[in-house]
Amino acid sequence: MRHLIDILDLSPAEIDQLIATANDIIDHPADYAEKCHGKKLATLFFEPSTRTRLSFETAMYELGGHVIGFSDAANSSTSKGETVGDTIQVVSCYADIIAMRHPKEGAPMVASQVSGVPIINAGDGGHNHPTQTLTDLLTITREKGHIDGLTIGFCGDLKFGRTVHSLITALSRYKDIKIVLISPEELRLPEYVKHEVLEHNNMTYVETQDLDSAMQNLDVLYMTRVQKERFFNEADYLRLKDSYILTVDRMEKAPATMSVLHPLPRVNEIEKALDSDPRACYFRQALCGKYIRMALIMKLLEVK
Amino acid sequence: MVIDSIRDGIVIDHIKTGLGLEIYRLLKLGKLDCQVAIIQHATSQKGSKKDVIKIDSPIEIDLDVLGYLDPGCTVNVIRDSKVAEKYHPAIPETLTGVISCKNPRCITSAESDLPHVFRLTDKDAQVYRCIYCETMAKKIKI
Ligand SMILES: [Zn+2]
Repeated sequence: MRHLIDILDLSPAEIDQLIATANDIIDHPADYAEKCHGKKLATLFFEPSTRTRLSFETAMYELGGHVIGFSDAANSSTSKGETVGDTIQVVSCYADIIAMRHPKEGAPMVASQVSGVPIINAGDGGHNHPTQTLTDLLTITREKGHIDGLTIGFCGDLKFGRTVHSLITALSRYKDIKIVLISPEELRLPEYVKHEVLEHNNMTYVETQDLDSAMQNLDVLYMTRVQKERFFNEADYLRLKDSYILTVDRMEKAPATMSVLHPLPRVNEIEKALDSDPRACYFRQALCGKYIRMALIMKLLEVK
Repeated sequence: MVIDSIRDGIVIDHIKTGLGLEIYRLLKLGKLDCQVAIIQHATSQKGSKKDVIKIDSPIEIDLDVLGYLDPGCTVNVIRDSKVAEKYHPAIPETLTGVISCKNPRCITSAESDLPHVFRLTDKDAQVYRCIYCETMAKKIKI
């Protein structure tokens, strides 16, 4: 039995296989409509995230399966003081697979130690969110045709942005990737990520504060949101939240082939008027999220 | 300075100067009923400084704790006033219940029954990370 707690739990070959399956689902959805007939997915959201939960639930419905679960801790036994381990041992009696989101880092790892069914980490605090990373990899593959050799820019909150850390980690296993880190001084990528991921894997990277000139060489621009809950004081948040905003004017000067990704939800870091630009991929990215989760559920349930 | 030699017990020798107290603390030697001596700044045969701990009872020593704190030390098991066995602790791959995770967002901060487990993630730099949240364990300062 396999779990997905950290993106590195999957080998590069397994990720390629998931991307291939997702692409096949997109091309032939009818072939997959009954793949998980009679199976139940439990979505245990100890912290609300409507977007991620709906993506998992839709994925399971489109595979012909059923969904049970709760959408925030107030509706679960956690509010009565039950441990994660106990909740999981009970739910794994009912469900065939569990997708869980939890505000505490490492909670899905604790779950995987006691669960009788596969656990998918659907986000644990500011730590991991591997299905977002899979979504990003599928999106990049579909938009660019490949991942090897791309120059990928990350813009905004690179300090607290877990989606950035885990995508960079995943990219470290591809060939000839160039990383461009665009952020204000205060939100730079943490030293340990630079040291343990970028430098440890001999990846090429540059750091800059200049979005306009950095964009000129990018194949992909990954925008992020500056999240209020990651800051200890309001003043810092207010000062930094508008650091980098992608506007129509800016995009006019960007390469015609540069794809813009964003894990969503956005606040104001991408102008709404950009949504109709064919280079804006973020809504297609959200759709990719459903398909890669379908592929992942099938893999972990060992459905052929 | 003279410390009585022991008949049956343990001598942890060649401890890096300054780490004796930390080893005493993490091995929870203060909870033992027998005599325990910490000798700081002892002079080794080679003339350098070291700490030494003598325990007047043949207790089981958690070699993982020693390997984590000071892999250069040696453990001598004394029987009938003679060194009966000698161990060199290895750097442990995992540490369970030795150090605790200080990350307030870690699941271990919410559930007190969970064991605090750290894994060696960088052998050269001797970096240990919490298996749950990957927070790095603070290096022991001498
Ligand atoms: Zn931790």
